[in-house]
Amino acid sequence: MAHGFLRLDGVVPRELNEEAPGVFAAGLPSVPYGTAVPKAFPEGSFARRLVELPSVAGALESLVGPDPTVDHHFVHTRQPREGSAQPLHADALIDLRTDAFDVQLMYYPQEVTADMGGTLIVPGSHLRRTNESDTGRYQNLRGQTRLTCPAGTVVLLHHGIWHGGRRNDSDTVRHMYKIRFNPTVPQIRLWDTTDLHDLAVREELGRTFPWYETATGRLEIHNRIRLWRALSADPDFDIEYWATRISNRPAQRSHA
Amino acid sequence: MTSSDTVRQQVLVLYLDTSALDSPVVGWARYDGTGASRPTTGDADEPPYETGVAALRDGWRLFQAAQLIPPYPGAEHETSFLKHEFFFERLVTV
Repeated sequence: MAHGFLRLDGVVPRELNEEAPGVFAAGLPSVPYGTAVPKAFPEGSFARRLVELPSVAGALESLVGPDPTVDHHFVHTRQPREGSAQPLHADALIDLRTDAFDVQLMYYPQEVTADMGGTLIVPGSHLRRTNESDTGRYQNLRGQTRLTCPAGTVVLLHHGIWHGGRRNDSDTVRHMYKIRFNPTVPQIRLWDTTDLHDLAVREELGRTFPWYETATGRLEIHNRIRLWRALSADPDFDIEYWATRISNRPAQRSHA
Repeated sequence: MTSSDTVRQQVLVLYLDTSALDSPVVGWARYDGTGASRPTTGDADEPPYETGVAALRDGWRLFQAAQLIPPYPGAEHETSFLKHEFFFERLVTV
């Protein structure tokens, strides 16, 4: 919720990682936008086995719910010594939804070292309203994540997160397989909510990141409160009274 | 060849914590008209300077600062681009 992404390091078994380059080289089957997972990825297919790994399937269901549809899938490749990075961007179009989100799965079948240009991810950027690569001027932000990871790592990201493929300064081709999922159910309390009222939840939702301007960081928390109220079905949830204070309008209360 | 033919511009963009030039750097970008370096997205985790004023002290010349623009009515709580953007230049003889 605060970071806008979840890392699952090395969760994909070696056999699948070793199979991946051949699958990518052969070309992925075409999937029409909005196809249900069982139809998009037939039983036994590489993608189906990937998304049905227990840790991946569990995280996906917690975030996007049961029976999501596949928006699209694609293999991103960064060639060795290619010279430049992708501009920092958010995928698709500026997205105004405040009570729903898509999840993007990024799978790295090989170990990604620092010079291989692992994906740049900006924690806490997912609620910013910017359009695609209009953020391209931002080369570096304090607290950014320059992904390095073991083989078989999966990252699940909110659709709005700022990210980009970094320049590959190594001699190794780097692949990342991305699948975008759309929810088909309201994303309300889809995860294990036994610790919903723990102090740690509130602390996590109230965190700031080093690249936030102090003033705008408060707005980020406000917007997180707005999203959390929707996802947790708790219209009174608040942090440090931020949302409650500015919605208190006694003149509009009923005096009946 | 005149001397102006051998002068090139290096540009430094700093994003600061507040609208004050002496506030901490939260983001940055570099562009090099000399061709001597190839800055790009995600090439460093530590900023070149801690504040905007630190860049001035090192010889960078400020040539543009972001205006302070009120939020659009109805969108006061939305977040978007970084607000406090400062452009610096350095002229380098090549």
